[in-house]
Amino acid sequence: MTSLTIGNRLDDQDAAEQSKYDRHNSLTSGHRACQGCGEALAARCVIDAAHRVTGGNIAVVNATGCLEVFSCVYPENSWRVPWLHSLFGNTAAVATGVASAFALAGSKDTRVIAQGGDGSTFDIGLGCLSGMFDRNDDVLYVCYDNQAYMNTGVQRSSATPVFARTATTLPTKGYMGNSIGTGKNVPAIAMAHGIPYVATASIANIRDLEEKISKAILLRGSRYVHVHVPCPLGWGYPPSETIRMARMAVECGLFPLFEAENGVLVGSTPVDNPKPVDDYLRIQRRFAHLFGKNASPDSIEALQQIASRNIEKYRLSGELSHE
Amino acid sequence: MNKPFATVLESATSLQNKTGSWKTVRPEYVNRLPPCNVTCPAGENIQQWLSLAQEGKFFEAWKVVMQNNPFPAVMGRACYHTCEQTCNRGRFDGAVNINLLERSIGDLAITNNWEIEEIGTATGKKVLVIGAGPSCLSAAYFLRKYGHEVTVYERHLEPGGMMRYGVPPYRLPRWVINAEIRRIINTGVKLYCNKRVQNIKNEMRNFDAIYIATGAHVPAKIDVEISGKTNIFDAIDLFKKLEDSRGENTFELGKKVLVYGGGNTAIDAARTALRLGAENVKIIYRRTLEKMPAHDTEIQEALQEGIEVLCLRCISMIDGKKILLDKMDYDAENNLLSKNGDSEVIAADSVIFAVGQFIDSDLFRNVEGLVISEKELLEVDKNMMTGLRGVFAGGDVTPGKRTITDAIGHGKKSAKCIDAYLRGIEVAPNVKTEVANFKKINTSYFKKIEPLKVKKFDDLSFEEKDISLPKEKIISEARRCFSCGNCFHCDNCYGYCPDNAIGKSRDGTLTFNYEYCKGCGICSCECPCGAIKMVSQID
Repeated sequence: MTSLTIGNRLDDQDAAEQSKYDRHNSLTSGHRACQGCGEALAARCVIDAAHRVTGGNIAVVNATGCLEVFSCVYPENSWRVPWLHSLFGNTAAVATGVASAFALAGSKDTRVIAQGGDGSTFDIGLGCLSGMFDRNDDVLYVCYDNQAYMNTGVQRSSATPVFARTATTLPTKGYMGNSIGTGKNVPAIAMAHGIPYVATASIANIRDLEEKISKAILLRGSRYVHVHVPCPLGWGYPPSETIRMARMAVECGLFPLFEAENGVLVGSTPVDNPKPVDDYLRIQRRFAHLFGKNASPDSIEALQQIASRNIEKYRLSGELSHE
Repeated sequence: MNKPFATVLESATSLQNKTGSWKTVRPEYVNRLPPCNVTCPAGENIQQWLSLAQEGKFFEAWKVVMQNNPFPAVMGRACYHTCEQTCNRGRFDGAVNINLLERSIGDLAITNNWEIEEIGTATGKKVLVIGAGPSCLSAAYFLRKYGHEVTVYERHLEPGGMMRYGVPPYRLPRWVINAEIRRIINTGVKLYCNKRVQNIKNEMRNFDAIYIATGAHVPAKIDVEISGKTNIFDAIDLFKKLEDSRGENTFELGKKVLVYGGGNTAIDAARTALRLGAENVKIIYRRTLEKMPAHDTEIQEALQEGIEVLCLRCISMIDGKKILLDKMDYDAENNLLSKNGDSEVIAADSVIFAVGQFIDSDLFRNVEGLVISEKELLEVDKNMMTGLRGVFAGGDVTPGKRTITDAIGHGKKSAKCIDAYLRGIEVAPNVKTEVANFKKINTSYFKKIEPLKVKKFDDLSFEEKDISLPKEKIISEARRCFSCGNCFHCDNCYGYCPDNAIGKSRDGTLTFNYEYCKGCGICSCECPCGAIKMVSQID
């Protein structure tokens, strides 16, 4: 029986990479991410998992964003793998180039990972990303989605959930924050390209995240993994609650965990007895206005409907379950 | 300086950036007290032995039980397991079946002849223990472990006290009592049965300290008008006769039996009556069922066996086979009882009284220093010492809850106090530790697992049903333990720390690296069992 904790003292076989004493710690200590940063944790888990299955034969290309800013402050660097940063919008293109260069040099076994936040993935770099998918370039692209531009001061991105307050979507009278009907779904866009592998993952389920990365890194062609990473600063919750926040997003259906191959949904993690979105929203300052005196119950209902649609769309009631 | 343009600093790892300076609070590993341990009258470290049982280390688990309780197989049967009532898992999917696990491990010890190995260095001090009930034998065991010489005088023919003379054999088979007592005797305790102490002061000349735990064997009498030819028994006498006749049924209880009382003894008496051939057994109790002092599991099992409980009634007259019951009511304050004038007459072949027991105070009367309280109990101070220096007392003879487990706890505590007295040192105070209540448990990391259901009684005999668990079942049920307040090495803290500020060595030991810990508190929040505490950096 697999345990739900990261490790398992009673069974060595049943332990996540992150529980191992000799994990690589690809993103080492001393980085300047905020307290309780979900992205820093996710990035270490992702690169450690890839490092393990490839025997360390990886190269990482990083987009501009929180992750890049907090992990390489001149002259320090926190990465313990070959790592490259170019611009905000061109990460997918640079990764394509790096992968081609390795291929030309005969290092076919070297795997290339491109990574960035939702800003570079959803907005600024979407053109390059779509091009990479289009050509089916041999790159694993990992998006760490914290749902806004955090390091510049929490501005809206096209990954920001509806009704969320950001610096650029401040709720006022008659305006409930980020407008309903906006935003985009990049995992679905990736699937629409028909690339070999698309998956979503959450830091609340590190075993699942590691499994998906370990699988994706060894495939060929374009792969896309989308990781939900709560941000204490931008979302407005205590830093200690990062994992809890991620867990609640999964448990209410707002963040579905699924896998797709060649554009077809092939598996999803069931959500038993989905929790109401209220519990998840209520503890975040970015949604506080939905519960204030000018609140309209319609907005919470609208978010509940998004969650319910996800449960249907990604078949979270269990029929695509791997277990 | 031969560096590229605009490069002035040596490139370096971020390890030189000590982010630990950011924090205002820091995490610390702690051992909080699990609720089961808190409520155990014998002070067992239940979580610790369950943890060993999870790994299949049954001998080690047994040794941990034995640190606080020399009677695991007895307790696994006769204890009212308050531990399970407070088990945090009870609020999740059902308490861990601690009682049955203790029994199973206790039985393993008996079948494998595990013996007590650690006896303290001989001190040359002699202690007399008066009585051989659970409290006495527990005291004797711990006193041996402290290295003292122990002599036990028991007035009955066999040792065991209320274990033998107060608990019917279907709940506690005699081979279990015998095996666990033998193990204690084997540590070098000198036991003399059928020996009644006449004069405490005389014995004080031969011993350095005395422990009195002679129990409460004298049945209480209440004012009931009795006339005609009636079969009347006292529960405790019934048990004693049954025991001395080795289970032979020489009683003429008849078909209809009434038991008067609401405690565990009343329940035991009623169930014993059923096993002695009675067909219709009713318990008469003067308050409501909810107020019955008997333990809930006992009441439920009695009801399942078909015993009826007539509440809010008291027996006021017994005339041959006609029993007059007065009905009772609560008064306006909802606490005082009064007869409401209503009454009924029911028929019974015999009546068993189980309305409490008193201590036999003959031994203590006229002994200067020993004080009998208004409640007819032997008075002791907080260190279990009576008014007579060097004479200690515990168990049912002193104030307490009067369960076997409490008696064992008294024995343990008294032994500690006697040891301190003999060495001329202060009794080490108990360290108060924070309790790991349900709020400290992060249940996201536990799957719901049906608790083990065991059907204990399927026929009405004095034979015990063999329900001890096989090893695999011990392991799987023990693994349901939340390990409240104590790290079970799940590695959540290590895996979730965004700053790699927790180190793990090859053997699994975890340590905080405060140089980099930013004090976010994720580790504490995601600890499944509440074993990480956030502590302020400021003070």
